[in-house]
Amino acid sequence: MAAYTIDLNGRKRSVEADADMPLLWVLRDVVGAKGTKFGCGAAYCGACTVMLDGAAIRSCQMPISRVGARKVTTIEGVGASPVGARVQAAWLEVDVAQCGYCQAGQIVAATALLQKTPKPTDAEIEASMNGNLCRCATYNRIRTAIHKAAGMPTPAGEVAA
Amino acid sequence: MNAHVKIETPRLSRRTMLRAGAAAGGGLFLSARLPGIAAAATEQTAARTLNAPTLNAPALNAYVKIAPDGLVTIVAKNPECGQGVKTMLPMLIAEELDVDWKDVRIVQAMNDPVTYPRQFAGGSLATPMNWEPMRRVGAAGRQMLIQAAADTWGVPAGECSTEPGLVRHGASGKSLRYGELAARAATVAPPKLETVTLKDPKTFRIIGRAQANIDGPAIVSGKPLYGIDVELPGMKYAVFHKCPVFYGRCLEANIPEVKAMPGVIDLHVIEGNKDLGGLSSGVAVVADSWWHANKARAALTPQWDEGPFGGHSTDGYDARAKTLAPAAPQQILRKDGDVDAALAGAAKVVEAEYSYPFVSHQPLEPQNCTARWDGDKLEIWTSTQNPEPGRQLIAKTLGVPADHIAIHMMRCGGGFGRRLSNDYMVEAATIAKRAGVPIKLLWSREDDMRHDMYRPGGYHSFKAGLDTSGKLVAWKTHFVTFSRDGKVVNSGDLAPSEFPAHFVPDLQFGTSMMETLIPTGPMRAPRSNAMSFVHQSFLDELAHAAGQDPIAFQLALLDQPGAHEGYDAPRMAAVVRAVAERSGWGKRKLPPGHALGFAQYYSHQGYFAEVVEASVAASGRVKAHKVWVVGDVGSQVINPLNAENQVQGAVLDGIGQALGLEITFAKGRTQQSNFGEYPLIRMADAPPVDVHFLVSNHPPTGLGEPALPPVIPALCNAVFAATGKRVRSLPIDQGMLKTV
Ligand code: FES
Ligand code: FES
Repeated sequence: MAAYTIDLNGRKRSVEADADMPLLWVLRDVVGAKGTKFGCGAAYCGACTVMLDGAAIRSCQMPISRVGARKVTTIEGVGASPVGARVQAAWLEVDVAQCGYCQAGQIVAATALLQKTPKPTDAEIEASMNGNLCRCATYNRIRTAIHKAAGMPTPAGEVAA
Repeated sequence: MNAHVKIETPRLSRRTMLRAGAAAGGGLFLSARLPGIAAAATEQTAARTLNAPTLNAPALNAYVKIAPDGLVTIVAKNPECGQGVKTMLPMLIAEELDVDWKDVRIVQAMNDPVTYPRQFAGGSLATPMNWEPMRRVGAAGRQMLIQAAADTWGVPAGECSTEPGLVRHGASGKSLRYGELAARAATVAPPKLETVTLKDPKTFRIIGRAQANIDGPAIVSGKPLYGIDVELPGMKYAVFHKCPVFYGRCLEANIPEVKAMPGVIDLHVIEGNKDLGGLSSGVAVVADSWWHANKARAALTPQWDEGPFGGHSTDGYDARAKTLAPAAPQQILRKDGDVDAALAGAAKVVEAEYSYPFVSHQPLEPQNCTARWDGDKLEIWTSTQNPEPGRQLIAKTLGVPADHIAIHMMRCGGGFGRRLSNDYMVEAATIAKRAGVPIKLLWSREDDMRHDMYRPGGYHSFKAGLDTSGKLVAWKTHFVTFSRDGKVVNSGDLAPSEFPAHFVPDLQFGTSMMETLIPTGPMRAPRSNAMSFVHQSFLDELAHAAGQDPIAFQLALLDQPGAHEGYDAPRMAAVVRAVAERSGWGKRKLPPGHALGFAQYYSHQGYFAEVVEASVAASGRVKAHKVWVVGDVGSQVINPLNAENQVQGAVLDGIGQALGLEITFAKGRTQQSNFGEYPLIRMADAPPVDVHFLVSNHPPTGLGEPALPPVIPALCNAVFAATGKRVRSLPIDQGMLKTV
């Protein structure tokens, strides 16, 4: 066990953990922030998506010892940025969630996308979001919500919310 | 160091609840009896149910509470796993109670079968089972509020009416808000539910309007909601490493070595029993974090007795099915007319063999359960679709009285039928008992994929006859399925009423079975998710063989006069015609390489017809570009916002299954272990889904399932239309479709 200080949603947190403990488990079981979800533990599903310095990463693959001074943004803190707040609002307006389990990862991934690419093309949306599984398959509404958060019209073929 | 997160259930979050009873808070409990349960409602027992469900809940139902400030608390009785029932059931109550939806707060009930009937999520049954009872609960409350107002004013109740949140006396113009009336209404004798008057649906203000997922704000901000999020003071973490072979047993394990690993608190072999839905044999690891527990598990090298299943494999089943299929069926399920004579007299005979694999549920939240013993009392927090059988299973397995077990139903991160089984509950209860501290058991994804109750595979041989006009006149099926101890496995049966039974005069369904030990269970649209593929694909083949348009061919069957035993052919014909219209079937000019495929299917009391527009690349890659769905689920779509979401999800789920999902077995083991080998549908493969409902004069029915079955054959039929190649087994073999 070693002590690490991470910058979590704008606050410094000291945590004690093994060097190889993934950030996912540090967040969930050491810090007690349960919003970031465990789905596969193997980089397939994106349920554990958080941002490191604004880039979406799979926290199940990120040992705590490699986080360093980078800013960690999770679903609990994503609404602090204007883009994140817009994404959350769009998710509610479109009523994206079914079970909701994947949606923390989806929202963080969508926020990372829109922070870098405010008006993404459909191909860019797909490329950024394809790593995030939604077992309930709410993909139609995820696309619609991203368009809404980006201030773009509802994508072709999708039903406007 | 751990933060203890508050989980919002009635038991744990009293602060979020109004205080108990009229006496304490001046509020009203509306307790209502459902038919068959006779008990006087008392405020006190209702208070116990609403605020802190007890181990011995009284025999009454309590759903509604109104605070002096007008805030209405409604209990959602059923488990929520993404189907939207936590929003929908309270909508029914709120509508008839006549309150503003914005004034409603919803609390999730605990498992409490005495108070709340039929607390489960399955079979798309919440709507048909609760449509009327829940509205009657609300209407009874409204009647009590009216009575309280009438008593206050000294006027006949018949002169009073309600509008959202208040009672009005028309003649005098007086009105009182529900919050003001609540205390008095609580003293009014509750009316018999079957006597209350329900609203004219034309006056609905909540039902039929878009109501957002009640947990939406908590979901988008990452609040703890799910079983996996539960955290209790002093809690430790567990993994349970089961024998990879079904029914195998753990003989011994390298316990001392693994016990010395960081964070490990306890390690022990669990004998298990013979019931895979109960307790398997394996090694339980308890540690100070799940990470440590799971790391320790990876270092285990247990000796297994692989048992009777060690030789089973998918290849073995396929080979056995090949020998069974051409032989006479072991059993005839249905025999109408004389099928062999009709086939002999047919102008054209078409034969085909279809098959589909085992598939796995894979809800995104892995199975988990938190258990805390207090002496001989047990408290459980878990994501389950079916809590009461879980309670009974624990009681039976561990020898504790069922009424010593309390279950908190957490929001489920998906169910799809997996959480109808409660094996994880028994495991957690067993491990926590020995640990002496609260335990959160969490399965890895690999555990979840290797220890499912799978949708069984199946093999169908069809033979059908057409007359000179192309009319379907004979149908013969030999279905090879699986049995366990001589009985057909769960979800491996063919209904004798399967379409086109009743629509073809000479028809025979036969089955043969082969033994398996693989646990099977219902998966979203059980049976239908497979039966639709084989039957609707073969019907499409027959249409082409008859030289007819596939929709016209099926309409000719459906439009035949006569009754069809529980199947409303005109309802189906109507959705078929509507989907043809909406999709531009036969009329719309399609981009090069694109083609349309059609299928219809009746399941879970819903009539659905679907059209898929698809293309197949030279590489063999199948792409669905758009799906049109028309469904008839009766007179009322209760929450249109969620209804569309459910249908889109079910359709994309079906497309995902067709494109890539397959579970195989070798040496008694499941060969797939994570999403890399079990590719659930992703955004890139998810086309837009157009959803439309036809309203018919029938009681409303459910939507979790019936939109799924038709899309699989509709996609395969589109592949045929695009390529001339018939998909006769799932998942679609893209290699077969390759042209370069
Ligand atoms: S849990 Fe990290 S990608 Fe699935
Ligand atoms: S909403 Fe259930 S997994 Fe996405």
